[in-house]
Amino acid sequence: MKRYNSLEEVRQDIDTGVVTCRDLVNYYLQNIERKKHLNAYLEVFTEEALQRADEVDQKIAAGTAGRLAGMVIGIKDVLAYKDHSLQSSSKILEGFKSLYTATAVQRLLDEDVIIIGRQNCDEFAMGASNETSAYGPALNEIDNSLVPGGSSGGSAVAVQADLCLASIGSDTGGSVRQPAAFCDVVGFKPTYSRISRYGLIAYASSFDQIGTLTRSIEDAALLLEVMAGADEFDSTASQRPVAPYSQQLQTDKKFRIGYIRDTLESEGLDPEIRETMLGVIDRLKAEEHTVEAVDFPYLDFIVPSYYILTTAEASSNLSRYDGVKYGYRSPDATDLGSMYKKTRTQGFGHEVKKRIMLGTFVLSADYYDAYYTKAQRVRRLIKEKTEELLREYDFLILPTTPTTAFPLGGNDAEPLAIYLADIFTVQASLAGVPAISVPVGYDAKGLPIGLQVLTRSFEEAQLFAFSKVVNEKIILA
Amino acid sequence: MNIDIQTIRKLAHLARLEFDETKEQEMLQDLNKILDWMDKLRELDTSAVEPLTHMSEEVNVLREDVAFNAISHEEGLRNAPKKDSDYFRVPKVLD
Repeated sequence: MKRYNSLEEVRQDIDTGVVTCRDLVNYYLQNIERKKHLNAYLEVFTEEALQRADEVDQKIAAGTAGRLAGMVIGIKDVLAYKDHSLQSSSKILEGFKSLYTATAVQRLLDEDVIIIGRQNCDEFAMGASNETSAYGPALNEIDNSLVPGGSSGGSAVAVQADLCLASIGSDTGGSVRQPAAFCDVVGFKPTYSRISRYGLIAYASSFDQIGTLTRSIEDAALLLEVMAGADEFDSTASQRPVAPYSQQLQTDKKFRIGYIRDTLESEGLDPEIRETMLGVIDRLKAEEHTVEAVDFPYLDFIVPSYYILTTAEASSNLSRYDGVKYGYRSPDATDLGSMYKKTRTQGFGHEVKKRIMLGTFVLSADYYDAYYTKAQRVRRLIKEKTEELLREYDFLILPTTPTTAFPLGGNDAEPLAIYLADIFTVQASLAGVPAISVPVGYDAKGLPIGLQVLTRSFEEAQLFAFSKVVNEKIILA
Repeated sequence: MNIDIQTIRKLAHLARLEFDETKEQEMLQDLNKILDWMDKLRELDTSAVEPLTHMSEEVNVLREDVAFNAISHEEGLRNAPKKDSDYFRVPKVLD
């Protein structure tokens, strides 16, 4: 079977009788089996996906199929799906089965999506390499000694290796965009609050957003269109109407684009990524877009403030895992206090414990103002400056990552190195604005490079349209 | 900022975590490295900046308060590591 790059391609072949949903599911199941070593899935819903494929095929024949009929997806192991296991790639949720379905997942199901499995990720979405998963790392298909990025590593590999057409991930500080860049796929994070977080396991609630990993801009737009919108189960979800993004992808507009000067001059930036960025800038100018260097004075403050705020929120969110109501409970407990401690100590991995400890520290009475409140103040500065730049420019462009995919185990010795992998993605997360990573080239070793584009809140339509321009006119063959 | 082993122990207790001596030292070193790096924020004067506490523009999104059972009693207990027919079970709290 040929490799499909978008739902539109799939639908053409379904409509002409070339392929059925059952064929598609069988094809992906075979690929998953053949590429088991990539460890992209924690669980495959074999029988269920085949059964659902038959149901969708019948609906297509009857002319009653939903907008996502023919789309086979995987979901990151942080999204609730009723009566299915949900573990956040953590031992502490061993055996847990969800009692309800996340709003975003339900909306996809209502449009006849087929869910083929549950995807590997960093434990509680904390990581940038998929190496903190309690179930082992997922591997980059291009080179199995390299990480796929994280935390939505399995979700990115699944799309990269043709183990599904699209994946639903989550992005707190780059967890969809960074693995997308490492795996040569499109990674999209919407405006904060655009998609309901009901049924998304919480890591850092003022950052968490559901996002997508796809092979096409069209599929990213369509998936957002289906998942976005108000939800009575999430009062923070935006009440704004949802645009028909997938119908608004064409544009002839000449845009104003800014790039942050220091991102291209930063020491940690791979020279080949810098060259690629400069090439993109030249070609955008050749297409008569205005591209200008801008200054962003807070670049060095982005990652530290992000880690103060996210660890604080994580330490609070993860206090619910206590061994009482669900998940793992240590068999070694002698009393209630030791039950909590032993359960959490045995159930959480090292990185998660470290972030809980940091978060507990920055929220402790003596240091709350010096760290937590301080970071909230810095967040306002970063958000306001980002918004100011986005009033002047339609888009900000920057590399998605400072390096291409790095080796497994490469950052074990240095706790800060892995945090700096997020350096270019957390700005959009601190500001709450939408951002996308689009494949834009390869380094000399053939490893993919992602271009990240940010725009104003709730202007996803423009972000997708511009991404199409990048895809069609800017990337050199 | 430099924290000591006593602080690590206090934090571990607050977070309901336990570390053996090796892990305790590792945690101490990692946390100190990270906190040093977080101290970078002190270079910024933020005295005139209000903390940003809410990211969603939505304020007080209300709906009718209608009572309903989202899950049954049985479902609520289903995932419990230890339970009886009515309750979650935990080790004895009072003698």
